[in-house]
Amino acid sequence: MNPRLAKALINGLLLGGAAVALFPLLWMLAVSFMPSGTSNALPPPLWPAHPVLDNYRQLFGHAGMGRYLLNSLLISGAITLLSLVFNLLAGYAFAKLCFTGREQLFRMLLGLLVVPAQVAMLPLFLMFKYAGLVDTYVGVVLPGTASVLGIFLVRQYARGLPDELLEAARIDGAGELHIFVRIVLPLLRPVVATLAILTFLTAWNDFMWPLIELTGQGHYTLPLGLASMAREHTEGTEQMMAGSVLTVVPVLALFLAMQRHYLDGLLLGSVKG
Amino acid sequence: MKASRVAWLFLAPALLVLAVFFLLPVLVALALSFTDYDLYALADLHNLRFVALGNYWVLLHRPQFWAALGHTFYFVGMGVPLSLAASLGAALLLHSPLARCKAFFRTALFAPVVTTAVATAVVWRYLFNTKYGWANHLLGMFGIHPVDWLGDPHWAMPTIILFAVWKNFGYNMIILLAGLQAVPAELYEAACIDGASAWRQFRHITLPMLGPTLLMVAILTVSGYFQLFAEPYVMTEGGPLESTTSVLYLMYEDGFQWWNLGVATAEAFVLFLVMFAVTAAMLRLSRKAVA
Repeated sequence: MNPRLAKALINGLLLGGAAVALFPLLWMLAVSFMPSGTSNALPPPLWPAHPVLDNYRQLFGHAGMGRYLLNSLLISGAITLLSLVFNLLAGYAFAKLCFTGREQLFRMLLGLLVVPAQVAMLPLFLMFKYAGLVDTYVGVVLPGTASVLGIFLVRQYARGLPDELLEAARIDGAGELHIFVRIVLPLLRPVVATLAILTFLTAWNDFMWPLIELTGQGHYTLPLGLASMAREHTEGTEQMMAGSVLTVVPVLALFLAMQRHYLDGLLLGSVKG
Repeated sequence: MKASRVAWLFLAPALLVLAVFFLLPVLVALALSFTDYDLYALADLHNLRFVALGNYWVLLHRPQFWAALGHTFYFVGMGVPLSLAASLGAALLLHSPLARCKAFFRTALFAPVVTTAVATAVVWRYLFNTKYGWANHLLGMFGIHPVDWLGDPHWAMPTIILFAVWKNFGYNMIILLAGLQAVPAELYEAACIDGASAWRQFRHITLPMLGPTLLMVAILTVSGYFQLFAEPYVMTEGGPLESTTSVLYLMYEDGFQWWNLGVATAEAFVLFLVMFAVTAAMLRLSRKAVA
């Protein structure tokens, strides 16, 4: 094929693909600024003729989205912090500390990946019901505070740390916790960033477990609030789009800011074969 | 001795969380699926009875369950090949030395992956609105009559599949792109000298070298797509005429609307077994293909 034609074709296809990928997001953003009822017109408008902030104002005023936003931040933040600590400790132990049965235990953990999370959700709900944890922040956070994939990611990265460094510190009489905090953690910084953004995004976007666990609107996260509005059909298109923007923009911004770490984690997590 | 105690202390929090909040519930789920746990048992555990394989037997004779399984297979069977084709196509385009602004295109194509499924599903519901949606407006430009995307039992699942492809293809695109970049350039140079066409290079170098990555990506996507739930929950509420009720959607309804937790856990286990069987079969078939 003519190289100039090939170049035009390839870049044209990429441009088309990017348009398809971005159009729904841009349309959502545009409609969220349209006055109530004006998006339902023919031909469907692409751009707000008179942009307004009413939809956002109403979301925070009437629909209680401010509360959902805070809940989402609190829950995703807590899951991220706790799972960072737990997964880092465990992943480092699997990579660098000696104990009997290390490889067998790790293989058992990987075996857990075969079981879909939803299998555990019904009994977990019952357990929490008897423990009085249904519809609490603790109940929605706790099951997310450790993950096999997170431990795997840390282990992969930590295995590359030089043993001599740790041995030298041990000979100097440093305790294991001291070594972990002062020497290992700074070296693990890239994987910490990766794990943090992966966990935060997963927790923010999570739907089924919060839906089961959080039975009252007071604890709703943004996806739960949005889904319940969508099923009740009470809000107009413009307000629903404003709600979607509010849900999507924080994670999209976080991803754009930390893209490299996110994609690194995605690739690191996918080489487990 | 002391070293191993330290190791166990480091492991303890994560292992405790995984044991108590995952392993234990999975075992309890298995036990629950052999009981008639329902609203009465929820009120008073004395009403709980052991029914052995009763729930599974009931499921096998319930048309609703078979229908949900069928819808799930439809979603996986159509959605996974389409997703993989889109991912591979996008990865090949991005990998081409002729492509410009690669960083921008990669980010743009990947953006839907990080968005919240619930929120973008809401957006798609409006884009595929029969009267005011852009989908029908675009079709109308080509003189095609409006389609009742989410209100017609024949179109609802295809619309959800389209949404899933749009939302997810970027993920595998990144992995396949890394796979493409790992193919040694000498192979292509040698093929070029031998006068192999672009198609033959793709067929005899790219695809075989990408094989293991493609298989892994396919298996992960299949198990992900079997877990269809949020999309029908938001876009169609399982309808119209239950045409988008997946196994997990049925499980959620049986469990949390009707409180038939025994039946619901049995459904979860059947789905688990089906997923396991399908992914195991894919692994075996691919081994055979290589040998």
